[in-house]
Amino acid sequence: MHYCGDFRTTYEKDIEILQTPTTRIGVAAFLVFLVVFPFLVKGEYLWVGLQILIAVIGAVGLNILTGYTGQISLGQGAFFGVGAYTTAYMTTKMGLSFWVGVPAAGLVTAAAGMVFGIPSLRLKGLYLAIATLASQFILEWVFLRWEPVTGGSFGIVVPRPSIGGYVFDSDRSFYYLVLAITVVMVLFAVNIVRTRTGRAFMAIRDHYISAEIMGINLFRYRILSFGISSFYAGVAGALLGHSLKYVTSEQFNLGLSVSYLAMIIIGGLGSILGAIYGAIFMILLPKVLTVLTTKLTMLIPGAAGLAIAMEQGVFGLIIILFLIFEPDGLAHRWRMIKVYWKLYPFSY
Amino acid sequence: MTTQYFLQLVISGLVIGSIYSAVALGFVIIYKATRVVNFAQGELLMVGAYVCYAFLVQMHVPFWAALFLTIGFSVVLALVIERLILRPMIGEPIISIIMVTIGLSLVLRSIVAAVWGTDILIYEPKLFPQETISIGGVPVSLEFIWCFVLSILLLGLFSAFFKFSKSGVAMRAAAFNQQAAQSMGISVKYIFGLSWVISAVISGIGGVLIGNINGINTSLYHFGLKVFPATILGGLDSILGAALGGFIIGILENLSDGFFKSYFDLSGVKEVAPYIILVVILMIKPYGLFGTKEIERV
Repeated sequence: MHYCGDFRTTYEKDIEILQTPTTRIGVAAFLVFLVVFPFLVKGEYLWVGLQILIAVIGAVGLNILTGYTGQISLGQGAFFGVGAYTTAYMTTKMGLSFWVGVPAAGLVTAAAGMVFGIPSLRLKGLYLAIATLASQFILEWVFLRWEPVTGGSFGIVVPRPSIGGYVFDSDRSFYYLVLAITVVMVLFAVNIVRTRTGRAFMAIRDHYISAEIMGINLFRYRILSFGISSFYAGVAGALLGHSLKYVTSEQFNLGLSVSYLAMIIIGGLGSILGAIYGAIFMILLPKVLTVLTTKLTMLIPGAAGLAIAMEQGVFGLIIILFLIFEPDGLAHRWRMIKVYWKLYPFSY
Repeated sequence: MTTQYFLQLVISGLVIGSIYSAVALGFVIIYKATRVVNFAQGELLMVGAYVCYAFLVQMHVPFWAALFLTIGFSVVLALVIERLILRPMIGEPIISIIMVTIGLSLVLRSIVAAVWGTDILIYEPKLFPQETISIGGVPVSLEFIWCFVLSILLLGLFSAFFKFSKSGVAMRAAAFNQQAAQSMGISVKYIFGLSWVISAVISGIGGVLIGNINGINTSLYHFGLKVFPATILGGLDSILGAALGGFIIGILENLSDGFFKSYFDLSGVKEVAPYIILVVILMIKPYGLFGTKEIERV
């Protein structure tokens, strides 16, 4: 029986991830949907689904850093690149397999993130954002100029993974591989924020001086947060490289960092679910815009060039509108809708 | 590295640095008065350059009229941006403010690309004489000297404005303590609008100068990203610091580029040098040369 209101009588109930039967059914249904998804659609839509899964990993990672620990990073795009280049180098030049390359990409990126996170010892807020902006540009430059490793402006061609004799060369098989990794990474993130580490992150975000007085080692947790977030970025970048089969420096520019920040803001800062909503929204948006512009071009010939130029503008406009009218993001709006129906007809 | 090459690097660094200074000055004015970190500063420069192009080349308006029309346009644009986008963001956390200005920069960039396309456009007729003169044996184009002199003039003009004019003093008061300023009868809203206007005008003039020298295209907004090294070096809330920082970054990026090119055969250091300098400054002296140190009390 489900009483009015939201209360638990045991601690075991309190620490459950899925609290109510409705959420349990909902999540199960969603997982089933994800599994059958490749059979429902094909071609470009499957590709979009794959991109969303990869984006979810990256957005969840960034949300741990920015949403939970309160450290703004404008360098997430470059950390994607570190992961992608690491796995590309290992699988093509060192002859290692995907199964070594992707975890190694995560670890190398985590190490890089920790190095670039060192300024966070002294800096926060705006100054940290500018420091990460600098790391974005420095890494981009390294990608382009360190030719023996990164292939310079030509980039590297990356193979699809294989196990035994089986090659994940179709988008459908690769989708399942990425789906498994995404589910594990999201579950891990959900659990991190419930542990001592996650609580420490939130304490630092809310008031870092109080956190320090309570015995939280600021430097250690700030660097750890950078490390975890970069690990996620590295894995996502590696998967992106393997899915596109090609890694080049232009993919990992400031625009990528900005779109990941946009994901977590639109989805909701400090919420794993929010990061997922944001990733879905931001990957679908350009696809929807492309469909709309092709429709528009059919109506008004010659509008194509204009529409391409305006696509970035629409993206910017959506960021602005969300920040002004929905600053807490989609996750917050979803909660409000749920509360509204829970208390219906006495909601106000 | 010969002395002549060195001098050449320093002089071209000074010229590009004068544009950095102008943009950094605009950035600092907004930051000081409203605590908004403007990631769209380079786009304001770009819009100024394109609007002046439209008046000068497409509508055949004489240069001085085109300059004043551009300034007028910048004023209106700044007021619209401040009122519609930044006013609702007062009191929001820093990440929202950063993201809203990034969003604004994307919008401005795409409007420019939609109206004028992405090709390089050249100002005609050229405003500045094209001859070169020789300074200490180094040939320097006269338009560089004009550009440099005009930027210095601009910096001097606005320093005087902040020091002596009533609005300038009011702006400094509001930057120092908003509540106290308000209780002395200064309208903080007016100050916010004014600081955006001044900032957009300075950047717009910077854009016109760059347009006269190099021609314009949609990558002009890169100047906006150089304000971060310049202002962090000078101190985020120091006007003198921004002006100096712009020049120093301009010279340093040119010198390091030349140095690595001649001794290590490594090209392209120019693009990354300002940001390495930026990280070093943040590590050793985060509040820059003249910035106010933030003090936190519990």
